[in-house]
Amino acid sequence: MSKQRSFVVLVGLFSAAFMLGVGTNIFQPQWSDAELKRIQSLSLASLPALKSDPSNRVSDDLAAAALGKALFFETKLSANGKISCASCHIPSQQFQDGLPVSQGMGVGARRTMPIAGSAYFPFLFWDGRKDSQWSQALGPLENPLEHGADRTMVVQTVVGSYKSQYEKLFGAVPNVEGLPDHAMPGGSPELVAAWNGMAADQQKDVNLAYANIGKAIAAFERTIEPQQTRFDQYAAALAAGDQTRANTILNERERSGLKLFIGQGNCVTCHGGPLLTDNAFHNLGFPGASFATDNGRSTAVAKLQGDEFNCLGPFSDASASDCAELKFMETSGPNLIGAFRSPTLRGVAQRAPFTHAGQFSTLQAVLKHYNDAPSATLGRSELKPLGLNDQQLKDIEMFLRALDPISSAEAEAGP
Amino acid sequence: MPTKFSRRHLLWLTPLAVVAVAGVGLTARMMEPPPSDLDLALSKTSDHGRYIASLAPSQSPIPVGTIHTWTVNVTAPDGKPVGLLAITIDGGMPQHGHGLPTKPIVTRDLGSGTHLIEGMKFNMTGWWTLTVSIDGPQGADKATFNLVL
Repeated sequence: MSKQRSFVVLVGLFSAAFMLGVGTNIFQPQWSDAELKRIQSLSLASLPALKSDPSNRVSDDLAAAALGKALFFETKLSANGKISCASCHIPSQQFQDGLPVSQGMGVGARRTMPIAGSAYFPFLFWDGRKDSQWSQALGPLENPLEHGADRTMVVQTVVGSYKSQYEKLFGAVPNVEGLPDHAMPGGSPELVAAWNGMAADQQKDVNLAYANIGKAIAAFERTIEPQQTRFDQYAAALAAGDQTRANTILNERERSGLKLFIGQGNCVTCHGGPLLTDNAFHNLGFPGASFATDNGRSTAVAKLQGDEFNCLGPFSDASASDCAELKFMETSGPNLIGAFRSPTLRGVAQRAPFTHAGQFSTLQAVLKHYNDAPSATLGRSELKPLGLNDQQLKDIEMFLRALDPISSAEAEAGP
Repeated sequence: MPTKFSRRHLLWLTPLAVVAVAGVGLTARMMEPPPSDLDLALSKTSDHGRYIASLAPSQSPIPVGTIHTWTVNVTAPDGKPVGLLAITIDGGMPQHGHGLPTKPIVTRDLGSGTHLIEGMKFNMTGWWTLTVSIDGPQGADKATFNLVL
């Protein structure tokens, strides 16, 4: 064989290998059928219409949403008269605060979560200790580090300022005459003693009104919907078979990031579905002194089961058959230790710092953690090293930025 | 000293190039579809031949992300009914190394060997396995089923 012929053979073999390997990723078809299906499963177009919350009979009531909105911004529902839900769930910042851990009356232990799409979540908070938006809304009000309010104070404030709106929705307000100014069944000994001094009927009436306040807030929070992103536009173009247009929406690096997101990066294992969360709990060995030893889900299960405001509780409007998520949740085992709920990745790039206590200030740092997969301080991390190079990590980061919400005008106009 | 591009070089360079370039491409294509030869039958004889187990989802297509019910029918290998049974359900995603996101439970005997499974949930599309463990008069046995959502 002459040198020239050998060279031709080499070039031929090289080209064949290229087409077999890299080529199929760069040239048509860019996506396998399985990948196309996975991409569509992540698109907002795959999100089903929001069903009514069976545990909240006013969940779709516009008047309830209006009252809930007023209560969401109501600073009187706090110990110092300065804190409302919106203090940490800031509307212009995807209803979160950009802080590593929340700051209300005191400094909390975990990061404020965004609200958009949370009506779809079976469990709320990082540890899922609540199973509905309305029940979730009741937690921070009584948390001494957040609103620092208490049950009788909240109910009396609402009776004092929102009586007519409340009564149109829920019937007569409870009789607040003779109620202690400050009382609740948990918290400081003084508050508990005051609560225990109340008659059982009074306690029940206050609890019912307190639950109704949560239900109104939830009716408002349900209206906070996930927004269109460039990724959704890309998926729509692919669904329409218009690869050329699709490629004008996400650039090559972003597409590479998407491929890694649904492939080698294993991101979709937990960040799947149109809200980019599996709504499940995972230990990923996140660092940070006390934050690395936060028990997460493992200690939340008992709280949720014992919560009088859960789906099966006396203040829920649901029948037991509506409470399958609560009835069939995983209640024990090593998987729950140090495990936190996968947050939605919609809009994630605008929500630094990241993870349950804001342990990472940049997406680059979070992705490095996933790539390195260090051992957990508490329990066992589910992560395995990904073996991605710097360019691949950068590509995933670029794809994550394509998950930023775009304005409705932009969404309508298209790219 | 100038190096010449010799046939000997070609002998080892060519396979190296093929392996390296194909390797890069294949690594980037790690989202493999489920194995093409998966047995997708929802009715099977259990591993040791003690029972026939048949699974049926309550909804079609099988929902992703929402909790729903299934039924499992268990008979003897000859199709005849068997006595009292303890049935448990487990499952997961072999390509992702995780189990089911819930703890499904057989909650009711619907008669004629059929039992209701409540609390079933699949949180993503792809290849899932469901293992039905049966303990009854013929002894303990299990059958594993494949689903592709």
